[in-house]
Amino acid sequence: MTSAIARTILICSGKGGVGKTTLTANLGVALARLGHTVCVLDADFGLRNLDLLLGLENRVVYTAQDLLSDTCRPEQALVKHKQVPNLSLLPAGNPRMLEWLTPEDMQRISSLLAERSDYVLIDAPAGVEQGFRNAAAAATEAIVVTNPEVSAVRDADRVIGLLSTLNVTPTQLVLNRVRPKMMANQEMLTVDEVTDLLALPLLGLVVEDEQVIVSTNRGEPLTLRDNSSPAARAYHNVARRLGGEDVPLIDPTREPNGLRAKLLQKIKTTTGLF
Amino acid sequence: MTLLDFLNQWLGRQKPSGILARQRLQLVLAHDRSDLNPELLDRMRREILEVVQRYVEIDLEGCDVSLETDHRVTALLANLPIKGTRPHPVVIATSSAAESTAETTRPALAATPIQGL
Repeated sequence: MTSAIARTILICSGKGGVGKTTLTANLGVALARLGHTVCVLDADFGLRNLDLLLGLENRVVYTAQDLLSDTCRPEQALVKHKQVPNLSLLPAGNPRMLEWLTPEDMQRISSLLAERSDYVLIDAPAGVEQGFRNAAAAATEAIVVTNPEVSAVRDADRVIGLLSTLNVTPTQLVLNRVRPKMMANQEMLTVDEVTDLLALPLLGLVVEDEQVIVSTNRGEPLTLRDNSSPAARAYHNVARRLGGEDVPLIDPTREPNGLRAKLLQKIKTTTGLF
Repeated sequence: MTLLDFLNQWLGRQKPSGILARQRLQLVLAHDRSDLNPELLDRMRREILEVVQRYVEIDLEGCDVSLETDHRVTALLANLPIKGTRPHPVVIATSSAAESTAETTRPALAATPIQGL
């Protein structure tokens, strides 16, 4: 199952709270459900949360720190997901690691994981400081997550500039927390405006969806079983596009709205009819 | 959106905030990417006007020198409406400096991509 060269993908945003960790968790599950072997690496050593979103927080024994100091083997450090066994997490180490961690350390961790998987997804910390640079050193390509808001777009632009100087390429964009109604009313930056400003190819669009909060409460990424909620569909589509599949992007301002349209959509997706 | 916002928009008194967001970002990204502070940009603007004024008479009120960005290329855009030519241009350099003197009142538009950003 494991390919010769794993793809190592940095998931970053500059600004905090735009949905990096949620994307990492959901994309990890979605890719694993497509049959790939996936390792997700929590590179946010200061404020780790990927374990929590994946529901693996109680099963963390070893961390990246133990792996680096050779106190455990990679197989021991990696926490396997029970429902999706080809997905595993390397938990972030102690925040004090930030004092001595180097880009080379992160490269070493990343190559240990790459030997064992098809995809290594690296959840970067917010900001553009050393923690981000360490995480970027572990990746060869990147997904920039942003929201259609001025501060998120500005920070994303800084990160995109840095990624190009760090030779992390290709870089693609995921626009998260899209509110179609506001976009249609011109009270929110539109999809085209954001992609034009940042000049990046669009890998996916995720509409604002309450189910995301519900799923994080449970510690079960949306993509684990739900295939019908708008955000879940979006994450699955990102996973398929990442693998090279041609999945058309849906204009969020033309998505079916209203109760009847939603009901019809629900019947379509659950029964597979029409 | 409050009723007042809606009315203002409907009467054309207020732009939708999404459009405002785009315009503000275009400006701020151009400055972020070029790393030029406003003071430096202002000095450059004054010097450019000085040079152009040696050759042609420009409408100082209508002059606009600004940074713009498109597809990650930042450009210095100068829009300098020409009022008339100077009878005796103060030519310092020897190159084809007289090219633009023929046209009057038509704005001279120059987009100069900034390298190495």
